[in-house]
Amino acid sequence: MKFTLSWLKDHLETDATLEEIVERLTMIGLEVESVDDKSALKPFTIARVLTAERHPDADKLQVLSVDTGDGKPIQVVCGAPNARAGLIGAFAGPGTYVPGIDVTLGVGRIRGVESHGMMCSERELQMSDEHNGIIDLPADAPVGTSFAAYAGLDDPVIEINLTPNRPDATGVYGIARDLAAAGLGKLKDGAVARVKGEGATPVRLAIEAPDLCPGFALRLVRGVRNGPSPKWLQQRLSAIGLRPINALVDITNYITFDRGRPLHVFDAAKVKGDLTVRRAKEGETVLALDDREYKLNGEVCVIADAEGVESIAGIMGGVHSGCDENTTDVLIESALWNPGNIARTGRELGIITDARYRFERGVDPEFMVPGLELATRMVLDLCGGTPTETEVVGYRGHEPKKVTFPVSEVKRLTGLDVAKAESLDILKRLGFTPQSDGDTVDVLVPSWRPDVDGKADLVEEVMRIHGVDNIAPQPLASHAAVNGKILTTLQIRTRAAKRALASRGMMEAVTWSFIPSAHAEAFGGGQPELKLANPIAADMSDMRPSLLPGLLAGAQRNADRGFNDLALFEVSGTYEGDTPEKQRRVAAGVRRGTAKLDGAGRHWAGNAQAVGVFDAKADALAVLEACGAPVDRVQIEAGGPSWYHPGRSGTIKLGPKVVLGHFGEFHPKTLETLDVDGALCGFEVFIDAIPEPKQKATRTKPPLALSNFQAVRRDFAFVVDKSVEAAAVIRAAGAADRKLITGIQVFDIFEGPALGEDKKSIAIEISIQPQERTLTDEDLEGLAKRVVESVGKQTGGVLRG
Amino acid sequence: MSDIAELEQTLLAEIAGAQDEQAIEAVRVAALGKKGSISEKLKSLGAMSPEERQSQGPAINGLKTRVTEALTARKAELRDTAIAARLETEKVDVTLPVRASPAERGRIHPISQVVDEITAIFADMGFAIAEGPDIETDYYNFTALNFPEGHPAREMHDTFFFNPDEKGERKLLRTHTSPVQIRTMETQKPPIRIVIPGKTYRMDSDATHSPMFHQLEGLVIDKTANVANMKWVLEEFCKAFFEVPSLKMRFRPSFFPFTEPSMEVDIQCDRSGSEVKFGEGNDWMEILGCGMVHPNVLRHGGLDPDEYQGFAWGMGIDRIAMLKYGMPDLRAFFDADIRWLSHYGFRPLDMPTLFGGLSG
Repeated sequence: MKFTLSWLKDHLETDATLEEIVERLTMIGLEVESVDDKSALKPFTIARVLTAERHPDADKLQVLSVDTGDGKPIQVVCGAPNARAGLIGAFAGPGTYVPGIDVTLGVGRIRGVESHGMMCSERELQMSDEHNGIIDLPADAPVGTSFAAYAGLDDPVIEINLTPNRPDATGVYGIARDLAAAGLGKLKDGAVARVKGEGATPVRLAIEAPDLCPGFALRLVRGVRNGPSPKWLQQRLSAIGLRPINALVDITNYITFDRGRPLHVFDAAKVKGDLTVRRAKEGETVLALDDREYKLNGEVCVIADAEGVESIAGIMGGVHSGCDENTTDVLIESALWNPGNIARTGRELGIITDARYRFERGVDPEFMVPGLELATRMVLDLCGGTPTETEVVGYRGHEPKKVTFPVSEVKRLTGLDVAKAESLDILKRLGFTPQSDGDTVDVLVPSWRPDVDGKADLVEEVMRIHGVDNIAPQPLASHAAVNGKILTTLQIRTRAAKRALASRGMMEAVTWSFIPSAHAEAFGGGQPELKLANPIAADMSDMRPSLLPGLLAGAQRNADRGFNDLALFEVSGTYEGDTPEKQRRVAAGVRRGTAKLDGAGRHWAGNAQAVGVFDAKADALAVLEACGAPVDRVQIEAGGPSWYHPGRSGTIKLGPKVVLGHFGEFHPKTLETLDVDGALCGFEVFIDAIPEPKQKATRTKPPLALSNFQAVRRDFAFVVDKSVEAAAVIRAAGAADRKLITGIQVFDIFEGPALGEDKKSIAIEISIQPQERTLTDEDLEGLAKRVVESVGKQTGGVLRG
Repeated sequence: MSDIAELEQTLLAEIAGAQDEQAIEAVRVAALGKKGSISEKLKSLGAMSPEERQSQGPAINGLKTRVTEALTARKAELRDTAIAARLETEKVDVTLPVRASPAERGRIHPISQVVDEITAIFADMGFAIAEGPDIETDYYNFTALNFPEGHPAREMHDTFFFNPDEKGERKLLRTHTSPVQIRTMETQKPPIRIVIPGKTYRMDSDATHSPMFHQLEGLVIDKTANVANMKWVLEEFCKAFFEVPSLKMRFRPSFFPFTEPSMEVDIQCDRSGSEVKFGEGNDWMEILGCGMVHPNVLRHGGLDPDEYQGFAWGMGIDRIAMLKYGMPDLRAFFDADIRWLSHYGFRPLDMPTLFGGLSG
């Protein structure tokens, strides 16, 4: 919402400066977005051309001597055809910024002749597109004074960022009312006198859609002369960015901004028969004033004549019955429209107009008729003519809302101590009508404030006018004890997973929740309920089923920039469905190139090798460990979901049912779908699947039992079938004596022709911790025998000879 | 010169002349071994007369002691020399670079770090952290928050929608974290003090807007919480977060459907230099929206607005992160560019705490 200072002062008697007004507007909730104080136009002065001589070296240029009022003629080279001795125009000296050409002037030399400034065209001052010559002012224009002041261009323009709840402030009058209430001046009387009409309005109007049109007022003015509107009106409209069209149209635009009351004018000669307010017929079209043809549906409210749609109600008129310089009889419309319907229609048709802006917020119903009277007055003043009587259809009057207001609510909700009398006075100044004088007051809400429904709204009115600044901060009551744990287990695990992965040399990425369809499908997603109906881009269409596609794509982007070795992770949400329970919390990571735990790339102490499945496994287990999962009890099963390499991936499970995660290298087809390459491995850990830690009565750790007997180690190498998993050998060996065997490490894997086809050797080191006495050679031999037996029985392995 | 003195002279010269442990051992055996020269002399004592023994005994024993000492000293000397020589051969070029440890290379994303900073501050004020789903229903995102159907306020949020289901209902991506207000009120009775960090989505994209961003919601509900308390909480938060001793804030009346009264808040800053400084200067920067929870929202949460009251606020986590740490472009947050992460990210052991200073 834009307006000028002088426009505001039409309605507000005030001595306040521009700065004070701007400050107060912001502090009462009418946030000032920008102020143009027009100081940029200050340097332009009115000057008279004393002499105009032909430039010695250029046919089209003249050398002017210009009087700028201080008696010292200035030499200016000028190319305008209308430059001549005696012309009075707008002069800009060196150092002046000329907005229309975006240039700051200096002393120039044009074809060898010095030029100390320029005489400007209207376009150079951004007054209009006129550039055929320089500005040519009447002979009485005061030389030496400010051109902007003379031409009315010095009126500061204020733009406020209007919140959607304030339709009353879509008019300058409403803004003046707020400022007056806030003590910044006195609101002038805005009452509109009735304009007497002669005879009934001949065009009948029928409302067939009363739910969409709660009232319609119109009248005809015959014998108008429609042409350009007067300078003052054009200037005001131009100042707020509206293009003057003709007097009739300009009047409607003016009242739209002056009073927040949109109007429409029809050229009566082009209206056939009577007017009807109705829903459009499906597929009906109208060529609107923006020269675009709109196809309407059955929910759009229109004003139609005998031949078809003349106007999209409350949004935009039609070209067919628009007013132009030939209009002699004009029908003026001032109507009320259903805000929800206007908003929906505007959105569906994609039309943004000043009328829609106001109607969808809710215009003052009680100003429907005064708005028409005001328009009539202006039409008569600017275009002449004779009005018929005002015709009002469908309007049943306005029943003001009543709010029961315990005045103490102000203190309860804001902490402010405002005297009751002041609270009520503020409300009165805003147009509210308190109806009693007790501690709880019935307050009538003015017709221009559809946003006010309850007592909290009245508290806001009192608070914003009294001043939010006057509320002194007060500490919240502090808790009486040390604050306990405030994070949930899932939140703690999320943080722990992030810190753990970062401390493994990985970088935390935050990638998009929506990914390309093909990527989603490659990772088990792409369900219809997870597809956006209106994605911002085609490749941001599906909610991600996994964090991996985003990380893999991110890794590739880095590789494309020349950074091949990198490790990324993310701990965030994935989506298996569209309900809250189907949003998972996952930690995932990707390593690329040679980005191993110990470092990437070449190094004198040893070059890093390409990353693989075991790097991903270590990352996954580190996350589980950091999250407090029972890592010693998890099982690793071969294989993972389809996006992994079937022979180089694993699944981490807790018991037969709970899947904690997957890790591995990727399936080449998946990488192809994602268009990524290079050595890659990754993992996913489902943090939300880790069971809650058991509640314990105390934090005491189990007692530490240390053995006094020396620990010993024994090595074994077993030849097993290739298909036997190392985990089976470890499990079998450990089962030989759960008490004495405290650790098993696989230290060598060997395959070779000496072992035979389909055979491999697994070498393990067993740590043995005697508990009760030092073990004798016989003890150790017995234990070794049991280990060999157990492994043989469970895996078919035999000791390597 | 007696033969003892002569022997001593010879032996000491041999000891001094030994150049390695082997040579010194040979000297020792030749002197003190079973048939060594000194051993022979000691053996000869038995055949001497008592008078002779009285004079020769001490002389020979003295010789043994001195030679033994000389042998020990020379041995130690040779050992030191040998160690020094070995160490010399073991010398390496210590200027060779070592690999950086994983914890030095890894990075925490600024969003996670800032969420941890926020958590530290609000934990101190007695708040808990709540969360909610990204995919929401129209009810939680709008209706329960007092956005009337078709109201222009809904258009302030450029919403991402999913396709309607068989019942014609369409889910959406939450446009703010405020739905969690309702979800919290539904499951928890007052007093409520929570902050809600989370992902939010709007159809918007430029240097300061992204279709996905992060918001921090706050909610306090009890029987007394008012605007004055809200101002205190937000002022204390901003001072602590931006780590400045004082910070002017400007509360302006504004409008949000789910609060009444509503306010927007600007913080004082100085934009005259190349970086924005907080706590000084004459500029204002909008930083958050807040207000008293609207009676209709309390009702939707199952609370009686005449009994309970409270306030709520929302601010952009990415935005305050950008402001605090001088990151110019929001889009870079989501690009996973390791150069950006390495530069703007935080080390895994940089844990924000109040006792250690948020950012160290």
